[in-house]
Amino acid sequence: MIEIGLTHYLFLSVAIFTIGVVGIFLNRKNVIVILMSVELILISVNINLVSFSVYLNDMVGQIFTMFVLTVAAAEAAIGLAILVVFFRNKGSIHVDDINSLKG
Amino acid sequence: MDNLNLIYPELFIGIFLMVLLIVGVFKKNSFNLISKFTALSLLVAIPMVYINDNVSVKLFSNNYIIDELSSFLKILILASSAFALFFTNQYIKDNKIDQFEYPILIMSAILGMFVMVSSNNLIGLYLGIELQSLSLYVLASLSRDSVKSTEAGVKYFVLGALSSGLLLYGCSLIYGFTGSTNYYIIAENFDSRNLGLLFGLVFILIGLAFKISAVPFHMWTPDVYEGAPTSVTAFFALAPKVAGFGAIIRILYVAFGNVFVEWQIILIFISVASMILGAVAAIGQTNIKRLMAYSSISHMGYGLAGLATGIDEGVSASILYIFLYVVMNIGSFVCILIMKRKNIYFENIRDLSGLSKNHPVIAFSFTVFLFSLAGIPPLAGFFAKFYIFMAVIKAELFALAVIGLVTSVISAFYYLKIIKIIYFDPEQEKFDSITSKGIKVSLTFSTLLILFYFLNPSILNYFVNIASKAVQ
Repeated sequence: MIEIGLTHYLFLSVAIFTIGVVGIFLNRKNVIVILMSVELILISVNINLVSFSVYLNDMVGQIFTMFVLTVAAAEAAIGLAILVVFFRNKGSIHVDDINSLKG
Repeated sequence: MDNLNLIYPELFIGIFLMVLLIVGVFKKNSFNLISKFTALSLLVAIPMVYINDNVSVKLFSNNYIIDELSSFLKILILASSAFALFFTNQYIKDNKIDQFEYPILIMSAILGMFVMVSSNNLIGLYLGIELQSLSLYVLASLSRDSVKSTEAGVKYFVLGALSSGLLLYGCSLIYGFTGSTNYYIIAENFDSRNLGLLFGLVFILIGLAFKISAVPFHMWTPDVYEGAPTSVTAFFALAPKVAGFGAIIRILYVAFGNVFVEWQIILIFISVASMILGAVAAIGQTNIKRLMAYSSISHMGYGLAGLATGIDEGVSASILYIFLYVVMNIGSFVCILIMKRKNIYFENIRDLSGLSKNHPVIAFSFTVFLFSLAGIPPLAGFFAKFYIFMAVIKAELFALAVIGLVTSVISAFYYLKIIKIIYFDPEQEKFDSITSKGIKVSLTFSTLLILFYFLNPSILNYFVNIASKAVQ
């Protein structure tokens, strides 16, 4: 059996973080997917913080995680609200349709 | 309790914000009232910050710092936001975005900026940045019926959320490898041989560079500046930049002060790239708000050049630069808000043609601001650049100084092009006459400051030097 240590958690978090960032840049379909990718990034940070917190035997990391969770919720709410307003004007949330500002 | 005595400005703004929110919810059509009270509370908060101006204290077990730097930047943030509220009042009413949320969102953004410039802790930094950015996302898309404004909101939100994520990932790495989120302990435990810490440093720099729209993280700036209502764009160009600079100065010089060599090269790269892109990309622009976006990118490049020196003079030159940048931008945006005919606002540079014949005074002030932005003596913008280059040369970064001078010449081209349009092109229909007091006062104030700064630079430089001592 392998002992699950800090490194494993860090690799998990790096993997999720990369999926999140790549998801934002490669996604050509719709903006909801981008919101999900942003959540993935924040989740990876939380994994990082909690595993460091356990490893260092220090509470600060877990407190930080609580703040991050709260902010992530607020961010998702604001993001969806802006998206709804955009959809009303444009009638689409396709990434390729976000194109009226250029230059 | 001792701690609470010194954060009165923050408490005041926070509590007043919630009171005004309640008033706004229960009273119909309360934009006028709330906007006045917001401006008033910002003005009241200035002396409150100023009382603490010459104390330097560490609060909440070293996690929150009130010192000369934070007080200086806070006063700048408050004053520029108050100006932004005054001179955009007319625009807000004409464009029917006079909802009571508008001043309240500005106030909560200011609270976030206060935390950004004072925080000595990664958690505080992150929360400050998020409070500021979440308010700004909503402000950008405030004009709900306009495709452009909401699209600006979507773009700003997506890229802003990504940058916050990167910053946060950097924070988590720094926390993990140094064992603390406090800047002082980070500075003690920072070992530049540790790859994880260097990654963390780079991620945090990326996140912060994004917030002040430095290249290569500037993609949102032109779109958001163009799409957002002009009143909001004016606010974007002023206070958030000051706060971003404050956060960068504090984290680089306090938390990462011992590993100067590691971040200097990154900062030089960001600065050079911003100066070049800001100068080159602005040339082809026809929309004046877009042009101001590129202009602010290049100005951020000059500001960062001062920080990249790592010496005392560099920091104070940067703080002075950001101060004068704010004054120049107040003036330029006032001039942009004057461009309206029959209550319709114009944004194209062509619409300025022949301004000098119809409105000689406004044409003169706009010329002063454009010359100053281009850095032509004896206007204030020249001295701002002069101090930066002095510091850069003193730190022996000759290549940076040469590139800075060359890009400043390139960017003079597009500023001069606007002046040519104002003075030598055929005149068009007159703009509406100015009725708003805020516009008159802001225009007079900023023109005088830019014109006569050279008579006695030492007054302002005195405060700037005190402020920059705080981080050395």
